[in-house]
Amino acid sequence: MSKYLLRRTLISIPVLVGISAVLFTILALAPGDPFEELATNPNVPAEVRLNLRAKFGLDDPLPVRYARWVTSMVRGDWGFSFVSRVDVDTLILQRLPATLVVLGSALLLAILIAVPIGTYSALRPYSIFDQVATTFAFIGFSLPTFFTGLLFILIFSIYLDWLPFIYRADISASGWRWYWEHVRQSIMPVAVLGLFQASATTRFMRAAVLDVIRLDYVNTARAKGLSERTTLVKHVVRNALIPVVTLVALQIPTIFGGAIVTEQIFRVPGIGSLLISSILANDTPVVMAITFVYSGLVVVSNLAADLLYGWLDPRISYR
Amino acid sequence: MEERALRTLIDQVRAGTLSRRRFVKVMVGLGLTAPMAAQMLASTGVAQAQTKWTFSPTKRGGGGLVKTLWWQAPTLLNPHFATGTKDQDASRIFYEPLGAYDPDGNIVPMLAAEVPSQQNGQVAKDGMSVTWRLRKNVVWHDGKPFTADDVVFNWEYVTDPATAAVSSGNYRDIARIDKLDSHTVKLVFKSPTPFWSSPFCGPYGMIIPKHLFQAYKGDKSREAPNNLKPVGTGPFRFADFKPGDIVRAELNPNYHVPNRPFFDAIEMKGGGDAISAARAVIQTGEFDYAWNIQVEDEILKRMEQGGKGRADIVAGGNIEHIQLNNTDPWTEVEGERSSIKTRHPFLTDPAVRQALNLLVDRGSVQEQIYGRTGIATANFVNAPSRFVSKNTRWEFNVDRANQLLDGAGWKRGSDGIRAKDGKKLRLVYQTSINALRQKTQQVVKQACAKAGIDVELKSVTANVYFSSDPANPDTYSHFYTDIQMYTTTMVEPDPQRFLDQFTSWEIASKENKWQGRNISRWRNEEYDRAWKAAEAEMDPVKRAALLVKTNDLVIQNIVVVPVVFRPRVAAISSRMRDVAQSGWDSDFWALAYWSKQP
Repeated sequence: MSKYLLRRTLISIPVLVGISAVLFTILALAPGDPFEELATNPNVPAEVRLNLRAKFGLDDPLPVRYARWVTSMVRGDWGFSFVSRVDVDTLILQRLPATLVVLGSALLLAILIAVPIGTYSALRPYSIFDQVATTFAFIGFSLPTFFTGLLFILIFSIYLDWLPFIYRADISASGWRWYWEHVRQSIMPVAVLGLFQASATTRFMRAAVLDVIRLDYVNTARAKGLSERTTLVKHVVRNALIPVVTLVALQIPTIFGGAIVTEQIFRVPGIGSLLISSILANDTPVVMAITFVYSGLVVVSNLAADLLYGWLDPRISYR
Repeated sequence: MEERALRTLIDQVRAGTLSRRRFVKVMVGLGLTAPMAAQMLASTGVAQAQTKWTFSPTKRGGGGLVKTLWWQAPTLLNPHFATGTKDQDASRIFYEPLGAYDPDGNIVPMLAAEVPSQQNGQVAKDGMSVTWRLRKNVVWHDGKPFTADDVVFNWEYVTDPATAAVSSGNYRDIARIDKLDSHTVKLVFKSPTPFWSSPFCGPYGMIIPKHLFQAYKGDKSREAPNNLKPVGTGPFRFADFKPGDIVRAELNPNYHVPNRPFFDAIEMKGGGDAISAARAVIQTGEFDYAWNIQVEDEILKRMEQGGKGRADIVAGGNIEHIQLNNTDPWTEVEGERSSIKTRHPFLTDPAVRQALNLLVDRGSVQEQIYGRTGIATANFVNAPSRFVSKNTRWEFNVDRANQLLDGAGWKRGSDGIRAKDGKKLRLVYQTSINALRQKTQQVVKQACAKAGIDVELKSVTANVYFSSDPANPDTYSHFYTDIQMYTTTMVEPDPQRFLDQFTSWEIASKENKWQGRNISRWRNEEYDRAWKAAEAEMDPVKRAALLVKTNDLVIQNIVVVPVVFRPRVAAISSRMRDVAQSGWDSDFWALAYWSKQP
């Protein structure tokens, strides 16, 4: 097991190096530079921009810049943003809580919806409940989050005027009011992401339960005289969750991707909106760091999914 | 317009037959700016108008929180590093310049005790120096006094090339600054400087404290902790800042203007897009103010029906215009197209230029595309020989364009396209990708087709088009097409720097890596002479006459075809009072005077 872990970790190193090289090259080839706005401003002498470029090492050849980035990254120095001139790790750490809160609650919401609905649908396949759930699930994962986000804003903020559509990390209230304000502004982004995730997971859950419920040991459990509830919770759902857990782990990077758009719509000051604004501003160090974190996340969650699988299902062993 | 005509107008203002505001409007129409017009009036002894506020509070504070929204988020809070207006605006919450520009272009003293002028002897007659008297008993947010040393330090800090301050352009004409006493400084210029308020006034004039930044001048400028934690003299002091997201500030109890500000705290949230920002102010009322609402007028009008807010529109320095290439974009000479060594095969023919000028239907562009957010530029287009002349109207006239082209010998071929000496009137018309611009392109293309000119439309993504990459042929400064359209901005409240985009030494070429500002590659000795004369002319009226002349030359020769004048648009809650945008300064130029009805 530990040997397997070690081998997988070692394999992921060249993968990450490869990803970073590709990312760096693409970013370097893309048009524009972080001081673009200065170039079109007649008030700013051209020397200022050239000075800044030289100062931040933007005029060096690509391999030199890449080597410099890799060596400082290995030493744990993430560089600094060209735009705000703040260290990149500080910037990311500032944004992390908002992203984690929104994504965490969305994931929780997704699981809370998907597990019971998926299970119930599988217990009564092709019943009215199942048909309705299936329809909603299909609508749910066919609609992109940027559409549902705007739809929610239109309905709940503009027509009904119930919820704010601009997320503020700094709320100047305290005590219960602070929590209440946070919950109120999180409802829409969390619902958009959570429902999108839930609709896919519901389908997985339904399929998994359908697979398990026909197996002999379930009949045995019933024959033993266990109550329907115990059979369901201890024998059916537990086993059906094995593939679902893996899928959810594999999907975490996808949720991060979906969050980029959602964060932009609701102005959630998370990592996703930082990524978008950095891309628009050609702020290479920040874009590199975030995309690198994302790719690291993909690698890690793949590994985690594999390990979880083995842990949940002892029949699978790793060598 | 001649100097004499200008003087007549000024006399009318003095006599009261012409309103101040009307005078400013006429000057803006002539391609000048409101601050210049104000300077002309002041220099001839017409008293300066005072900005009036409807709300006069009896005590400081009590207004609660004011929430503002910028769809581009501020990223740093040092005004000398501001990469865009968003950073300048965020810095303006904390820092102040010596003088601000009000909507009519008057200088309003902020950290200065009074506005220098030739009358009070603070502006030297020869234009070589200006003396600023500073307001006494102003303290920085940390309690240290604000003195002349801070002013001198800002100049040293900004002009150090290693600091790489974006504001250095405003300070480069200063030879030295003499500290006359603890609260008086004398700026000595390298040459006569008629626009003496360029340093220390407006968005590039904000002053940072010496005691916190002197250790971070030059190479170490990035490391200054106060780049993110400003300590200024402004109405609000720093509370919290998350780069790219939010700035929060709280009332400064020691602010130097009595009984101001009204609000206890201010919040500037960034990010998102312009439409939803407008919505949050005008439709839902979640926020009190939103900056730069670039939204189609139709959508704005629909939002305004709710009555919670309005779009506030003021004149600024943005002009959407079409440039005609004077060089040949299709022939390569020494590794560059549109080289100054070539001549455009047909755009150098005055008849073709005039025809194109007649074929741009500015009226439809304004009515159908821009609405209140883009006004057909009548006066700026055909600068009048006499003020408010009938000739100032731009004209859309396909018949006259046809007559002109017929007269010049451009005959229609079997395909309906005009040709002469084997050269066909085929144009490539480029602009950036932007829904409004593509619609405008269509309007022009259709009109040109009626006059036998074939137009091929090209649109380039804005990231590429406005980039300064010397290797990319699709940037606006390469100008590898026949005509192109974009908005150019006069950022300074003085047109001198802005008008250098038609001087012969600024021509963009391979040699200067296309950094030159003269994109249309037009050359005219008369223009160059007038521009240089204006640069050193100290009499504001004579100088205005010279600048009007440069502007006339551009229009008469149809170097560019202005399309619409784009004012600044902000969304303001209907409960806010005394929130006046100034087209010549930051949105927060008078933040201390803002208030809100309960």
